[in-house]
Amino acid sequence: MTAVHLRINNVNVTAESGMTVLEAARNAGINIPTLCYLKDVNRSGNCRVCLVEVKNGRTLLSACTTPVSEGMEVFTNSERALRGRKNTVSLIMSNHNKNCLSCKRNQNCELQKLAEDLGIRDNKFEGEHTEPQYDDFSYGIVRDTSKCVLCERCVETCRKVQGLGILGLENRGFKTIVAPVYNKSFMDVNCMQCGQCVINCPVGALTEKENISEVVKALNDPNKTVIVQTAPAVRASLGEEFGNPIGTRVTGKMVAALRRCGFDRVYDTNFGADLTIMEEGNELLDRVQNGGVLPMFTSCSPGWIRYIEYEYPELLPHLSTSKSPHMMFGAIVKSYWAKKTGIDPKDIFVVSIMPCIAKKSEIMRPENKTAEYVDVDAVLTTRELGRLIKMYGIEFNELPDEEFDQDLLGDYTGAAVIFGATGGVMEAALRTVKQQLDGKKLEKVDFEACRGMAGVKEAEVDLNGTKIWIAIASSMTCAKPLLEEVKAGKSKYTFIEIMGCPGGCVNGGGQSIVSSRIKNGPLGYGYKDLRMKALYDEDEACTLRVSSDNPQIQKLYSDFLEKPGSEIAEELLHTSYSPKEKYHIFD
Amino acid sequence: MERLNQDSLKTIDEIVERHRNEPGPVIVMLHDVQDSLGYVPFEAMEKIAEATGTSVAEVYGVVCFYAQFTTSPKGKHVINICLGTACYVKGAQALIDQTMALTGTQINSTSEDGIFSLDATRCLGACGLAPVCVIDGKVFGNCTKETVTAEINRIKAAEKLA
Repeated sequence: MTAVHLRINNVNVTAESGMTVLEAARNAGINIPTLCYLKDVNRSGNCRVCLVEVKNGRTLLSACTTPVSEGMEVFTNSERALRGRKNTVSLIMSNHNKNCLSCKRNQNCELQKLAEDLGIRDNKFEGEHTEPQYDDFSYGIVRDTSKCVLCERCVETCRKVQGLGILGLENRGFKTIVAPVYNKSFMDVNCMQCGQCVINCPVGALTEKENISEVVKALNDPNKTVIVQTAPAVRASLGEEFGNPIGTRVTGKMVAALRRCGFDRVYDTNFGADLTIMEEGNELLDRVQNGGVLPMFTSCSPGWIRYIEYEYPELLPHLSTSKSPHMMFGAIVKSYWAKKTGIDPKDIFVVSIMPCIAKKSEIMRPENKTAEYVDVDAVLTTRELGRLIKMYGIEFNELPDEEFDQDLLGDYTGAAVIFGATGGVMEAALRTVKQQLDGKKLEKVDFEACRGMAGVKEAEVDLNGTKIWIAIASSMTCAKPLLEEVKAGKSKYTFIEIMGCPGGCVNGGGQSIVSSRIKNGPLGYGYKDLRMKALYDEDEACTLRVSSDNPQIQKLYSDFLEKPGSEIAEELLHTSYSPKEKYHIFD
Repeated sequence: MERLNQDSLKTIDEIVERHRNEPGPVIVMLHDVQDSLGYVPFEAMEKIAEATGTSVAEVYGVVCFYAQFTTSPKGKHVINICLGTACYVKGAQALIDQTMALTGTQINSTSEDGIFSLDATRCLGACGLAPVCVIDGKVFGNCTKETVTAEINRIKAAEKLA
């Protein structure tokens, strides 16, 4: 790398050759506004918002695609550059529906922010609009092209993060739209519904499908007992919806807010996570000891489940049959809890607060129905919970900290909390399995090799003299090489944790949206580490940190489920999978 | 829409195999598929995507970007009439009207019997011969209504339509 010397806004800047003007400026602490640019994901240069003036340049240049050169003089805020940037944003606005007041991204929209920052005061170029496409047919994702700015961040995210490339640009010129193939619904293609496209969309073109009104209706139905459960990752992100710094753990305030919304019981999905470990751990031991299909894959991430059903159906026998924690929790509420409390399961409405969009499709799976009841009735994402709390006029930040309800399903261990980060399920499973095999209390519960934000992690673990290899992957691009190994029969691993979203649930498609200003800035993707830390801190603060030590789990087994993998546990807590056709183009 | 027959699937496989290791294979494959089958069926996009490590959405993006590619089968005989500026000024619209009247097709579509397709093309680069039309790959310069009528009637006779 050779050093390149240039001047940006009359300040001497030293950059490395190959850097773009945008990168050189950011390194020097000079912010150039962007829209389509997303670090490591998208650098298409097609929005033209980052226009800068280069001395002796014939035209304005986009900073994100222009390489630095020796002696270059750049002006990011010259009158000409500002005029160019304003015109660009005005042109983008001219083909945008501007229904900001009723948009889910109101006050959280990167185009709105640009228009505000640049002081755009009129609809300078208002004219024709591209014919809009609206798709709210899938369970989780809504596409509204009348708000799309064609930045391609979603296209590149799906391609690079999940390797699927569900979205592409269709047609040309003014008619260009972003759409799944044949402009089909997400429902008709091999979309895993992870929602990474949603959290990387700068505007409201891709959003989660809201289920808030169903929940409000249930809360107001006097015949319904409405039970809410919150996933571990939610507490590490919800605070952001109320202006708290990333990584603020708001467990207590979240519980208080849910109580004030009128939920009859506020539980933690962590109980379900501990239960999952009991079942999944038992399944793993059974497979190891009785020659079952190995390696075994975890099954907590519904995005990953959708992916394997579409892309690797031949590997389905490797998937643990254990339901995901919130589905187990729902099944237990409508059986064990209903019996103990004497409430008719048909009058129980279970709401899951999830960091996840794919969970919305998971609850609709016919395989996840126990008797005549669905396990979970509605899923709200972290963002939707934020909206519900605001709708109820609750001042979140002023709430006291409250505890989850403790009856029957209230205890949880630290092992469950870390489910929300990549590697957490693996670590939780290892704690329980190791303790069980060693036959004595685990002295050291931390498995450091499982931690961190690396896309793929592996470790060799000693389980009572038997050494096994484990692997952890998050995002499908990272998981794919592991899957190919398994497919070729060359995998050395015994147990593989796979999460659909990069970094696991803390970075799920239902979490608070982190703007590209942060992702492109000094923190970068470190926001995931901040949320992860919040979970490991809570784990450390727990007295019980091994799932099988949870006293209410032990009681659940002694009173009701007998033992992991029993007939009744199989019926309530396990599910099945089947290959799914990728495209429904001609139906 | 019905699924593709075995012969067509085999043709697609051969095309994909032939160009697999070429640079920029997607567009080359699409051209060959369009030429061989008269359109680009969804199955071809699937196979091309798989062979080239792209997604069907991306391949479809290419297909709908270029006017040369179609996603529904073309007629047996394809009539292209240039609507570039020179051809238009020299009366290409009259050729289009005449063709529509004689064949029963609309612009950029195919007649119900599947015999004729009519495409209004962008500039073919033969402005000196304007107006230009291309019938089944043969270029007719300084084209008149009479030329078009004669050719269409010849095809109709060959197809025993008239």
